Amino acid sequence: MSIWEYANPKRFMDTSTRVLPVLVLATFACLLVGVIWGFFFTPDDYRQGATVRIIYLHVPAAMMAINAWVMMLVTSLIWLVRRHHVSALAAKAAAPVGLTFTLVALVTGALWGQPMWGTWWAWDPRLTSFLILFLFYLGYIALWAAIEDRDAAADLTSVLCLVGSVFAVLSRYAVNFWNQGLHQGASLSLDAEENVSDVFWQPLVMCIAGFVLLFITLVLLRTRTEIRARRLAALLMRERMA
Amino acid sequence: MTVTLGKYALPVLGSYAATIVLLGVLVAVTLWRGAQVRRALAAVEARAGDE
Repeated sequence: MSIWEYANPKRFMDTSTRVLPVLVLATFACLLVGVIWGFFFTPDDYRQGATVRIIYLHVPAAMMAINAWVMMLVTSLIWLVRRHHVSALAAKAAAPVGLTFTLVALVTGALWGQPMWGTWWAWDPRLTSFLILFLFYLGYIALWAAIEDRDAAADLTSVLCLVGSVFAVLSRYAVNFWNQGLHQGASLSLDAEENVSDVFWQPLVMCIAGFVLLFITLVLLRTRTEIRARRLAALLMRERMA
Repeated sequence: MTVTLGKYALPVLGSYAATIVLLGVLVAVTLWRGAQVRRALAAVEARAGDE
């Protein structure tokens, strides 16, 4: 079986119908366990105090804000190269989800920054690149809404997605590029020296899994809606022509 | 299971509240629009089937 079979809308709808109930259950389970574990059953950090509990929301949201754009990049490239409509619709469906995750990362980061850094906001490389990523999400959604011809909209938004990918990458690696600014390095690392302590790491991984599953679930639901909306528009057009 | 947030109660609880609200709105809008489009499509398909 080839992955390209899912470019067929009917095949995509059939498969997603079977997968969604499992995904919804797994999302709830991971989020509930991760958040309750992290909030109630982990100690305060010796430097951050109780604010360390914000990482269970901030880190997964920030990771998914970037990864959502990467997913949009991949599906946009598939659209540009192979012209599969489902991939363009999946990119369109993912944008509001990525936008919301970016907003969650910015808001929780500001709430954490005030007591830790003494400021809600600083023009730090990572914070600034995240703000630009947020603006790219807004621009991407606005561009889809502004163009009536659907294929032209998919083409132009795909190009915008390619350009915005620079900022998605920058958001991830800004801390490594510039050794300045307030934002600390990655909370999760393969290097045990840099990684957060196990007591925080385990519930954090559970929360990340929950956010990944939430993203997949929402993108599947929204892509299904986009496919239906396109069929609806085609049927209404046929009615008008008859 | 008691958690003492002390002077950080506002930022911690604020973060959880903001996240729940933002994700809650996203999920609600996703489900609402999905139901709306599904209903509209069913109505048009029924009309098309009648003809």
